[in-house]
Amino acid sequence: MTDPGEGRQSTLSTGADAEGVDEVRRDSPQQHEGSPEVGSKPREKQRGLWGDAWLDLRRRPLFVIGGLIVLFLLAIAAFPGLFASGDPNAQDLSLAREGPSAEAWFGYDALGRDIYTRVIHGARASIVVGVLATLLTVLIGSLVGLVAGYFGNKTDSFLARFAEIFLGLPFVLGAIVILSVFNAGIEGAPGMLRVMTQVIVTIGVLAWPISMRIMRSAAIAAKQQDYVKAAKALGASHGRIIFKHVLPNCIAPVMVYATIALGQYIGLEATLSYLGLGLQNPVVSWGMMISNSQQYIISTPHMLLFPAGFLVLTVLAFVMLGDAVRDALDPKQR
Amino acid sequence: MSATDDGTGGSPKPRLLEVQDLHVEFRTREATANVLNGVGYHVDEGETLAVLGESGSGKSVTAQTVMGILDTPPGFATAGTVRYRGEELLSAKEERRRELRGENMAMIFQDALSALNPVYTVGFQIAEQFRFRRGMSRKDATAKAAEMLDLVKIPNAKQRVKEFPHQFSGGMRQRAMIAMSLALDPDLLIADEPTTALDVTVQAQIMDLLDELRRERDMGLILITHDLGVVAEVADRIAVMYAGRVVEESDAESLYKRPAHPYTEGLMESIPRLDQKGEELASIKGLPPNLADIPPGCPFHPRCHRAEEECRETVPELHELRAGRHSACHFAEELISRD
Repeated sequence: MTDPGEGRQSTLSTGADAEGVDEVRRDSPQQHEGSPEVGSKPREKQRGLWGDAWLDLRRRPLFVIGGLIVLFLLAIAAFPGLFASGDPNAQDLSLAREGPSAEAWFGYDALGRDIYTRVIHGARASIVVGVLATLLTVLIGSLVGLVAGYFGNKTDSFLARFAEIFLGLPFVLGAIVILSVFNAGIEGAPGMLRVMTQVIVTIGVLAWPISMRIMRSAAIAAKQQDYVKAAKALGASHGRIIFKHVLPNCIAPVMVYATIALGQYIGLEATLSYLGLGLQNPVVSWGMMISNSQQYIISTPHMLLFPAGFLVLTVLAFVMLGDAVRDALDPKQR
Repeated sequence: MSATDDGTGGSPKPRLLEVQDLHVEFRTREATANVLNGVGYHVDEGETLAVLGESGSGKSVTAQTVMGILDTPPGFATAGTVRYRGEELLSAKEERRRELRGENMAMIFQDALSALNPVYTVGFQIAEQFRFRRGMSRKDATAKAAEMLDLVKIPNAKQRVKEFPHQFSGGMRQRAMIAMSLALDPDLLIADEPTTALDVTVQAQIMDLLDELRRERDMGLILITHDLGVVAEVADRIAVMYAGRVVEESDAESLYKRPAHPYTEGLMESIPRLDQKGEELASIKGLPPNLADIPPGCPFHPRCHRAEEECRETVPELHELRAGRHSACHFAEELISRD
C-alpha cells in the first residue's frame, strides 16, 4: 500500500510508528501559519463521512484482503473463460467421481464433469444472485425500517405489521408459491436471466423484513438521541435528518447482517434449484453443485469441498469487507 | 432593563418572545400528565431570562414547545399561545416553524456530547447550516465554521474543525454546540441547562461566553437551569417554575434580595454557603407533585411551611406585586414586605 496518510483527516489515532512520523509532519505547517504551503493544501479540505471512511479503509488490511478477494471473484464471474477454457457441461462418464489430479485440479463429479471448470463457471450465477438479492433486501428493508423507526406511531405500526406478514411466511413455501405462479404459463425451461431475476426478486420479497427490523430498531434508538433533536432545533427537514443524521448512525448493524445474509442467499438459491424452482441445468451454480454432491459426501468429498470452499471464501471476503466498512464509518474506531 | 412596560399586549412593538397561558399534556396509555398548566413568560431583545425550577417542573418542555420540537405524541400543546415578534407559532405551519428554527431561534442542549452527531466532524456539522441554508460551497462553509469556533474561543479553530465530537473535551463540546446554534445568527437563543454536565470552573466560562455573545449580538437569551448560583450574575429577569406554572417572576436583583414565593425561598436556602459550614443544608421537604394528579389549590401547599386553609382550596394566580414583580402566592405581599 502506498502511504495514504497524506491528506488524511487529522485523527487522534495512536497506531503504528508511521503514524507518529505523520503526526509530526502534519503539525509542522501550522507553526508558520499564513504562508500558503503546497503540502498543507490537501489537508484543508473538508471531507464528508464517506470520504473519510474511504481514506481510512485503504489502510485497513482487512479491507484490502477482503477487497482483493471480492475483486478476484468478480473477475471470475465476469470472465469465466479467462480462468477455465473448457465447457462446464462436457462430461465423460469414464472419469466420474475421480479425485483431483494434475489435469483436473478439483477432480470430476458424478457425471464426469470437470469440477474446476464448473466452479469457475458457477461463480457468476451464485455471486450475482447473492449480491443482488442482498442489495435488494437491504435497500427495501433499510428504507422501510428507517421510515418506520423515525416516524414511529401509526406509520410504524402499519409498516411493522406489514413486514410481519412477510416474516410469517415460511421461506421455501413462499418461494414455491411465488416462483410457480411466475412460471405458470411457460413451456419448457425459462432462460437463465429470467430465472435469476425471479430468484432475486423472490428472496427480496421474502427476506426484506429482517433488515427492516434491524434498521427500525436502530433508527428508534438513534432518533431519541439529542443530535436529532438538535438538528431539528436548527431547522433541518425530515429528509435531511433521516438520511444525514439517523442513517449513518444505524448502518452498522444492517451492514453486518448483509454480509452474513449474502452467504445465506447463495445457499437459498441452491435450495430453490434443488426443488426444481431455481436455476436448472445447463446453468451452473455453486448451490446446485453443493446440493448435487450430497449423496457422495462420504465416498467423494471433493465434490462438495471445492464449490463449498468457494462459497465460504466469498462469504468470508464480504464479511471482512463489511466489518472494515462498519468500523470505518464509526469515527471513534479510527 | 426592559421589564418596565409590563402591561401585556399593549406595547406597540411586539416582544421578541411571548409565551401566554401555555398548557401541555403528556398522554400515555395509563394517564394524562398535565406538564404545563398555564406557563407565561416573555423575553425582549438583548435580555437574559433565567427559567428556574426542579426537574419535572416543565422548564424544558416549555422550551421545546417554543422551538416546536416537542415529541408529539406523547406531548400535546392544548391551549395557550407562543408569539415570536407577534407571530403566533403554535398554529403556524410546520414549514414556517422550520424556517424560523436556526435562522431566528436556536437551542443548545445539556449534554453536548449526545447533541453532536458522532459520525461527523464538528466543522462539518456547523458548516452544514451554511451549506444548506445559505447555499455556500463546502470550502467557504468550512471556513465559516472555523470562524464560528474561533468566536466561541476554541483555540486552534482551524485544526479543531476537522475533529470529531469525541475528541473534544466537555467544555469544548458545549462551545462547539453554541457555535453551531449561533451559526445563522438567531436573535433568540434557548440554553437548556447548558452547564449542568460540566465541572464548576468550566461552568463559569460557558456562562461568561453566553453572556458575552448575548451582549454582542443583542440576542434574547433564555437560560434554563435548576442552579440559582449559575444564573446570579447573568440573568436580567428570573422566572421560577413549579409543577408546570410560573410561580414567581421578577427582576433578578429583587428576587435574590427578597423572594416573593416560599418555593423560591426554599430554593435559595438550599444553596450551600461557606459561612454555614457544618450546619445541615436546608432542603425543601417532600417531592414535587405527581403531574397526573396535581393537588387542588396551590400545587406547592403540601411542601409549604406557611400553607393555610386558603392554600388548599384556591389556586393563587400569578399577580403583580409591584412593577416587574409577580408572584403566585396568597401571602406574597407579606413575604415581600416583611423584615
